[in-house]
This record gives sequence, C-alpha cells and structure tokens, in this order.
Amino acid sequence: MTAVNKFSMNMMSKSANEGFARAAVSAFVSQLDPTLEEINDIKTAVSEAVTNCIVHAYKEGYGKIYISAEIFDNKSVKITVRDKGCGIENVNKAMEPLFTTVGGERAGLGFAVMQSFMDNVKVRSKIGKGTTVVMEKRISLRYSANAQK
Amino acid sequence: MSVEIKVSGQTVTAFIKGDIDHHTAGEMRRLIDNSIDLNTPSLLSLDFSGVSFMDSSGIGLVMGRYRNLSKYGGSLRITGAGEQIYKVMKLAGLEKLAILEK
Ligand SMILES: Nc1ncnc2c1ncn2[C@@H]1O[C@H](COP(=O)(O)OP(=O)(O)OP(=O)(O)O)[C@@H](O)[C@H]1O
Ligand SMILES: [Mg+2]
Repeated sequence: MTAVNKFSMNMMSKSANEGFARAAVSAFVSQLDPTLEEINDIKTAVSEAVTNCIVHAYKEGYGKIYISAEIFDNKSVKITVRDKGCGIENVNKAMEPLFTTVGGERAGLGFAVMQSFMDNVKVRSKIGKGTTVVMEKRISLRYSANAQK
Repeated sequence: MSVEIKVSGQTVTAFIKGDIDHHTAGEMRRLIDNSIDLNTPSLLSLDFSGVSFMDSSGIGLVMGRYRNLSKYGGSLRITGAGEQIYKVMKLAGLEKLAILEK
C-alpha cells in the first residue's frame, strides 16, 4: 500500500472553520469517486475531530489545527487531525460513548461517530502537548475513469 | 443558518435550515428555546428538511430540547431528516427520545 496523493493544511481553531475543514477534506477525497454515503461519513468524522480541537483542546483560547489527508493505491484514505492543545488524560475513557467532560449541550458521541463512520480510528494524546486523531476509510471499488490517476 | 418558527395550537414547529455543527448549534438552540419558553408547546416538531449536514452538535441540540420539554411533559417529533442526518440520529438512539419520521 503506497501513498499516491497527499494534502495538508492548518487553520485557526475558530468554529467558523468547521464547515471549511469538512468541505476541504471531502473535496480532496472526491478524486477517489466515493459514494455520497462515503463522502458524508468522512465529512461527519472530520467535523467531529475538528470540533473537538476547537471545543476541548483550545478551550482557553485559539490555536492551530493541523489537517492532512493521504490517498493510497488501494483506494483508502487516511485523515489526520492534530492539535497542540491541552491533551486527553485517559484516551480509552474519552472514547467511550456518552463520555464528555463538558456538560449541558454536548452528547459525548464525537468519538463514537468517528469510530462508526470510519474503518479505523487511532488517538494519541499527551497532557499539555496535544492530541492526534488518525482515521482511515476504504472507499468502495466502482468503475471510474478518474480514480488514482 | 436560520430557524423559522410556526405556532399552531399546542404545536410549535421549528424549520431548521443550513448545516448543524458546533458553530451554528448555539444560535439554533437560542431560537428554539425562546419559542418553548413562550409557548410551552405539548409537541415540538423539528423539521430537518432544510438541513444539509449534522454532526454530534445536532445530537446535543435535540437532546437538550428533549430535556427542556420533559420538564413539563412536552414531547418531541423529528421530520424530514435526510440520509446523513438520519444515520447520525440512529447512532445516538434519538428514536428513543423523539418520534422519528423520515
Ligand atoms: N482534541 C481534544 N483535546 C482535548 N480533549 C479532547 C479532545 N477530543 C476529545 N477530548 C475529550 O474527550 C471527550 C469525548 O469527546 P467526544 O467528541 O466523544 O465527546 P464531546 O466532544 O464531549 O461531545 P460531542 O462530540 O458529542 O459534542 C471530550 O469531552 C473531551 O474531554
Ligand atoms: Mg466532540
């Protein structure tokens, strides 16, 4: 499995950028000719990861969010969302459905959405250093003239 | 983003438009809660037919309104959710809190 294409960007952790981040990643992945459902799954997962950086990692202010996506020759995509924010104390606990450290309007389902909509989700985090979320998804094989050129 | 409110008898219908994410959910919540406070409807109907995208912030929005309605025995209905939105709602089990009409 070798990488055939890659993009990376960083942006300020402003909530106005949530829509931009989803649109940018889904536009990049669209070269694999995904189904509408696949593209929506990716949009939703990216939105969760990016929102977590804004709401949790940089809750005290603003910081940079680093997003990259890689496409592989087996039609899979690997998306990385990284912050240099507060970090997560217990990653396994944070990933449990309904777990949230913010009461009120947060459901605690962000990681559950990422895990259910992507094939593989890995989280690395260090208190005071930041968090990296890596998500992978295989795009279904369909007849397509453009894919992987 | 916009929320249009229609009141008819004991029912308040909120027509939500645009993407629901953390950026937009706060203002949507404010607009819907205003009409709950004003009308204490026995049924709040959330119309999602104008919603193009929703993430877990939308789940929080629905669950929060459910909680407010439950305080006085009001109930919740969701209509017009497209495929992506329905998938997120099912993952969250919203059909246990609201009448989910596709
Ligand atoms: N990038 C991050 N930096 C620091 N903490 C994080 C980060 N991402 C997640 N967390 C922690 O993990 C918890 C669970 O995250 P998850 O996305 O599942 O739920 P949530 O964000 O609390 O609620 P929801 O996503 O449903 O709105 C968060 O409450 C937060 O404490
Ligand atoms: Mg979250």
